Amino acid sequence: MESLQLFTRQTKAISTARRSLLLIESIPGIRFNEIVEVELGTGETRTGQVIEVGKTTTVVQVFGGVSEVDLLNSQVRYKGETLKLPVSPDILGRIFDGSGNPIDGGPPIIADSYLDINGIPANPASRMPPAEFIETGISAIDGLNVLVRGQKLPIFSGSGLPHNKIAAQILRQAALRGKAEEFAIVFGAVGVSYDDAAYFISNLEETGALSRAVGFINTASSPVIERLSTPRLALTAAEYLAWEQDLHVLVILTDITNYCDALRELAAMRGEIPSRRGYPGYMYTDLASMYERAGRIAGREGSVTILPILTMPDDDITHPIADLTGYITEGQIVLSRALERKRIYPPIDVFLSLSRMMKEGIGEGNTREDHNNVFMQSYAVYAEGNYLREISTVIGSEALSDRDRVYLDAADRFEQEFISQNEFTRRSVEETLGTAWNIFSMLPREDLKLIQEEYIKKYLPEAPKA
Amino acid sequence: MGKIWRISGPVVIAEEMRGSQVYEVVDVGDDRLTGEIIGLEQDKAVIQVYEDTTGLRVGEPVVGTGEILMVELGPGIVGNIYDGVQRSLVTMMGDIGDFLLRGARTDALDREKKWHFTPSVKAGDEVNEGDIIGSVPETGLIEHRIMVPIGIQGKVLEISEGDFTVEDTIAMLEYDGQKKPLTMMQRWPARKPRIYKERFPPEDLLVTGTRVMDYLFPLALGGKAAIPGGFGTGKTVNLQQMARWSQTHLNIYVGCGERGNEMADVLYSFKKLRDPATDRLLQEKEIFIANTSNMPVVAREISIYTGITMAEYFRDMGYDVLLVADSTSRWAEAMREIGARLEETPGEEGFPTYLGSRLASFYERSGRVQCVGKPERMGSATVIGSVSPPGADFSEPVTQATLRIVDALYSLDVALANKRHFPTINWLQSYSLYSESVDKWWNKISPDYTDVRNRTLIILQNEAELEEIVRLVGPEALPEDDKLLLLVARMIREDFLMQSAYHPVDTYSSPERSHMMLSTIIKFYDLAKELSESGMLVSEISALKHVQRISRMKDVPHEEFEKYVKDLRADMEKMTIEQEGGM
Repeated sequence: MESLQLFTRQTKAISTARRSLLLIESIPGIRFNEIVEVELGTGETRTGQVIEVGKTTTVVQVFGGVSEVDLLNSQVRYKGETLKLPVSPDILGRIFDGSGNPIDGGPPIIADSYLDINGIPANPASRMPPAEFIETGISAIDGLNVLVRGQKLPIFSGSGLPHNKIAAQILRQAALRGKAEEFAIVFGAVGVSYDDAAYFISNLEETGALSRAVGFINTASSPVIERLSTPRLALTAAEYLAWEQDLHVLVILTDITNYCDALRELAAMRGEIPSRRGYPGYMYTDLASMYERAGRIAGREGSVTILPILTMPDDDITHPIADLTGYITEGQIVLSRALERKRIYPPIDVFLSLSRMMKEGIGEGNTREDHNNVFMQSYAVYAEGNYLREISTVIGSEALSDRDRVYLDAADRFEQEFISQNEFTRRSVEETLGTAWNIFSMLPREDLKLIQEEYIKKYLPEAPKA
Repeated sequence: MGKIWRISGPVVIAEEMRGSQVYEVVDVGDDRLTGEIIGLEQDKAVIQVYEDTTGLRVGEPVVGTGEILMVELGPGIVGNIYDGVQRSLVTMMGDIGDFLLRGARTDALDREKKWHFTPSVKAGDEVNEGDIIGSVPETGLIEHRIMVPIGIQGKVLEISEGDFTVEDTIAMLEYDGQKKPLTMMQRWPARKPRIYKERFPPEDLLVTGTRVMDYLFPLALGGKAAIPGGFGTGKTVNLQQMARWSQTHLNIYVGCGERGNEMADVLYSFKKLRDPATDRLLQEKEIFIANTSNMPVVAREISIYTGITMAEYFRDMGYDVLLVADSTSRWAEAMREIGARLEETPGEEGFPTYLGSRLASFYERSGRVQCVGKPERMGSATVIGSVSPPGADFSEPVTQATLRIVDALYSLDVALANKRHFPTINWLQSYSLYSESVDKWWNKISPDYTDVRNRTLIILQNEAELEEIVRLVGPEALPEDDKLLLLVARMIREDFLMQSAYHPVDTYSSPERSHMMLSTIIKFYDLAKELSESGMLVSEISALKHVQRISRMKDVPHEEFEKYVKDLRADMEKMTIEQEGGM
């Protein structure tokens, strides 16, 4: 069987070339999903993948399209393999393209092993629930939407909003409390502009983090098909570093919207029946096959934490890309154009944002004993203030009671002092909680219903500031 | 034995398959991936494969097993964690490690472990299908009743007490001159409902410990319900809470196409949490089926049937069983994907046209029944499924098809989630058709239940109407009686409907406790009305210490609760007298 393959692994019998598909007369031994090389008459080589194989006909999707394929001279070579990433500890500090080739001028990786970029699903019974608090130094996250190791927490953004700045700030600042350990960083850029990719890389360089980072870059001008492989390469590298090298890995994937559009484009070329807004019906499963690679495994040192970034078309949170992502990830950080217009950085909408893993990561031993109470009270105060703000636009603030006006002020201060902070300021969780307590001190004390009496005694500042 | 003829994603077509049957389980390819025949044409079989088909080749062997997809039922099932095709994930962890390699095989039930079997019939007895012939203390919470498999009967020749594995013979029957050995294990085709003697309408409350469900929209044992909600509305937390605290004999948690980390969280929490009634570990009354979103899609489709078959099996022992399925939308998507691969004509949004009938036939496997066999017994299987509508748009096909079949709806609300009001069950949109039938049950707890419930729903309805006005004229412009209603509605919302899944006391609220809480708030309303009529301002009423004491009710430990409420109520009466005295 094996020797047979040696001389039958290539063929010229292409019967049809249409859109991105080739129909080829089958030869024995073709594997489903295997990678092929298509050699054109001009000598150019393109990569493709077997997407259906039958006894008589094999369907190959050609990455980069079928232009210039001719049915006489083009040749198809089967590689017998799915896409694999060569890995070794030397991948740290390196930058690759969306096919896994180095683009930083360095030598190729001498591989310890080759890993299938699709990964293997973790046994749910082997997983450990994520619980270790990651201090990002950003109050809106550390105080209200806590990130923990092994979580997947996307940033839902819109075009023109500062998601890259926030992601870069998290990369610079993220650390476990009280531990010197640093995260290894894996960066997957999918269909982003050259400038965006360069921004992240220079950021990593400036902070000296590049030596513990790996980048996979597919820019807007790179082949569309590589948008599907780029995040998978990144996640494969992350899994290798986490499960084999015992590192805690933070993965940034940007921009998932480009990924999904590539998925739609290739699905349409195959003539598949589209679901919502033309995206394929299996997009949930496809996205899950990436996001679900985050996690912790019992008995293993490392972890994979994923921060995907996506830009919601028209800021629409019900758009399939944001919607399906939200159904898979453990919460979301949502950026708000309204806050951005008020010049608040980071413009994080704390009502739409959510971290599902928060309860595990806070409290005594993780952050501080009063964290959960402060979290709940902050929401209550800010929500009340926002509600009154809304009403007062109709009836005017004069029609509000004195108590209500205090809440209006509190909501303003919450945005100005708690959410807002400098791009280069790293607030400890104590500072974050302290900021909230300062705001509480302007409210009537009996209104702090959601906080236990002992914490009020311990943490409420003495004299309320005017 | 056949050969692979075509491969397209999870769908494989094999040739030379004459003699196979539809739904027969087959081993596909050199790696022996598990598949199931879903169609036959001439000598070709269409097979859905339960594992990733990457790397398969045309010509690789396809071997029939001669059996349709069976669920193994017997001791060892409780506390276990299975994937969709009932491979034990616990066993796989030991056998192949932390990642799910393809082609792995495990037995659903441990073949080595010995169980202590105590017979309840003796040699010479005539037994029929469904009869209980003995039992095994499977866990501290579940006595596993061994039943004569359906289709078998005869005279007991021998039966004995002792320690046996699930494959050992525990009894020998004779029928028509033929001897038939019985073991503790039986098998049942997953897609086929198990039989029962007679079905009855549900009438007892399924106590979930979640106040808004138990009190306002009660679910009955043997009922069927759906929880639709957009992302972030807490579907999974709701279902986890039900699986944790429901006062049933056994719960089955089917994680179908959902998050791995959440599944891990569930599994860990059940190893720590204890059942409020018995103080035993919750794990001892739970079966888990975990088919996370990154595990093969096709296995999602079968996982629901594997779960409901287990539920029916324990129902047949005379137990009350709850099955929660999270999420039925992912199940429907699996059907859509297979349908598309088979090039079927799609219905709405690409879902197969049989979506509605598949959903209906799944939910219909719930029910309260008289079981087959002796001794006479009643059992129930309750089914609750979550639905994940895209964009939280309930007009989509899966939600709509589900609403046509279920009798209780817990509608989760994104707006409530954004306000951090949990559980986010919207009180204006949810309903339960069981509320009348469980009235009798509730009236045993308290005769004024129906009255309190109805008044509460009316207050909440009135609040919604007043809210519209407040948005136009502001809260200060309302008359006093409306202000009072808003105050009380707010108390109902914040001090009763809101419930923390993470607070050690508040996480479970018994029906008695729920009733005392809500009736205290209603009582306060009546007394406050008198105060208001006698001239007290609502702003003064809301500053009364009693209001704050009511808000603390939910956190009062169970053992102090009765006294706390009694004292509070007594003081509430006094607040009336003091006020009148002051006039």
